[in-house]
Amino acid sequence: MGEVFVLAEHRRGEVRDVTFEMLGKGQELAAAMNTPLAAVLLGHNVDGFAAELAKYANQVLLVEDERLEHFNAEAYQQVLAHLITERKPSLVLIGHSAYGMDLAPSLATQLDLPLATDCVGLEFEDGNLFAVREMYGGKVSARVTFRPADTYMVTVRQAAFPFEEGELLNGEIITVDSPLTGEIKYRRFLEYVEAAVGEVDITQADVVVAVGRGIKEADNLPLVEKLAEALGGVLAGSRPVIDAGWLPPERQVGQSGKTVKPKLYVAVGISGASQHVAGMKASGTIVAINKDPDAPIFKVAHYGIVDDLFKVVPALTEQLGG
Amino acid sequence: MDIVVCVKHVPDTTEAEIGIRDDEKGIKKEGLVFDINEADNYAIEEALLLKEEFGGSVTVLTVGPPEADETLRMCLAKGADRAVRLTDERFEGSDGYATARILAEAIKDMDYDLVLTGCMADDDEAAQVGVTLAEMLGIPHAALVISTEVEDGKMKVHRELEGGLHEVLEIELPALFTIQTGINEPRYASIFGIRKAMKKQIEVLDLEDLGLAEDAVGEMGSKTSLVKLFIPEVTTQATILEGSPEEVSSELVTILKNEGVV
Repeated sequence: MGEVFVLAEHRRGEVRDVTFEMLGKGQELAAAMNTPLAAVLLGHNVDGFAAELAKYANQVLLVEDERLEHFNAEAYQQVLAHLITERKPSLVLIGHSAYGMDLAPSLATQLDLPLATDCVGLEFEDGNLFAVREMYGGKVSARVTFRPADTYMVTVRQAAFPFEEGELLNGEIITVDSPLTGEIKYRRFLEYVEAAVGEVDITQADVVVAVGRGIKEADNLPLVEKLAEALGGVLAGSRPVIDAGWLPPERQVGQSGKTVKPKLYVAVGISGASQHVAGMKASGTIVAINKDPDAPIFKVAHYGIVDDLFKVVPALTEQLGG
Repeated sequence: MDIVVCVKHVPDTTEAEIGIRDDEKGIKKEGLVFDINEADNYAIEEALLLKEEFGGSVTVLTVGPPEADETLRMCLAKGADRAVRLTDERFEGSDGYATARILAEAIKDMDYDLVLTGCMADDDEAAQVGVTLAEMLGIPHAALVISTEVEDGKMKVHRELEGGLHEVLEIELPALFTIQTGINEPRYASIFGIRKAMKKQIEVLDLEDLGLAEDAVGEMGSKTSLVKLFIPEVTTQATILEGSPEEVSSELVTILKNEGVV
């Protein structure tokens, strides 16, 4: 049986957390499948990363190429297609991140591999691989299996598998010649842009009051703003509020926005999609106000109020003397 | 610029209670309100903006039942030129791969410069069809696109990464982009547009029209299979405060004071 591959993800000089989360889960799966765990690292001048990854894998397959300095789905796909064809891994784990979403579906299709995306559970049982993924805003889970194949591909939700210092494997680093030849044809990386720069830094606040789709329209925002003031906190928002232009991008809490860890986080009219939860779940005390008792936000909240925010928020503001 | 946009007609489940069907292979759809998938609504808007700037056409395409015409008509009312619905009982049970196969078969002989999809459907949440489709069409792609610009017959796009960071790419046409929400401000259809759209024909194509084999679609054409759906276990349960808004507010303030957070 071929190896378990974990594709290392790195950006601007850092290995991204999802890589270690996948290595932790990969160790467990590789043991169940009785096969080695290999971290696959594509980059330029990344020997330091290779050493870091080698701690938790049986081997690191390192492809060094200046064309791999920044993530590029086209270049990554060529290199990985080559590696997978050569080494026939049993399973390839890729992060369900902005990189993985851009890469895994086309790579799997090119190689005719079964792919399950955004998985939050993975088990190898009686010779079969099963994945659990969420649907409908986290309200429904699906158990899926794969059509029999030599290699399976899975994208793994970020932060779904907490990395608690995995077993130290101290694997060897194997340098693989880059299969890239010539220029990357269709797609060129130009630069990074910081999109959420503004006057208010919500990551520094002790109290964050965040508002979501439940606020219904921009005119209702002052209601929640008053609550934020009464609590001595800042006003933030979930994606729909930012998309609608009701709050500026630097106020967005979530995977694609800011990650906050205030002492108190109050979620008002926020359903609690995983992308939002990723940006606030480490907060000290979490309060959720939402009229939908099934809203996933109540899974991470410490205190919940299941009622109409338009009644609760003014009452709470008044109680605080605001 | 000729643009094909793939859209999906999905149930709005943000505030709805969801029940699972007895066969555990789908949710109960009765009583749910369906609309265009949120990211697809931004994709159609982006296509219309590009058409307004550079001319050309917008074709909107869906894989779905006859009820999906509601979403297609709304796209026509906003300014799409042509709508095609791919419908066949044998498409049912298609995973993201098989769905992309159906779309690819319909698109491959069209003239296009750009294919747009939403970055993710709010029902399956797989974020898979768009990038799969690009590979099947043999064109370059970019996922999670949050701005587009045309430059010398190429496109310059921003992709949304994590933590408020974007990456800027230059990409050759024809290409496929999966569009992230917030890229633009989707318009509402005008009454005039809605009236005009009522008169337009929606083309309907089935398995035979597409020339696909039966085992290329549905469960047979899929690479993953659904074992079952279930309602996830609640891992940590919030303490739910009960009473009138005044009562719960008073209780909450007491709790927060005791915890020292206010």
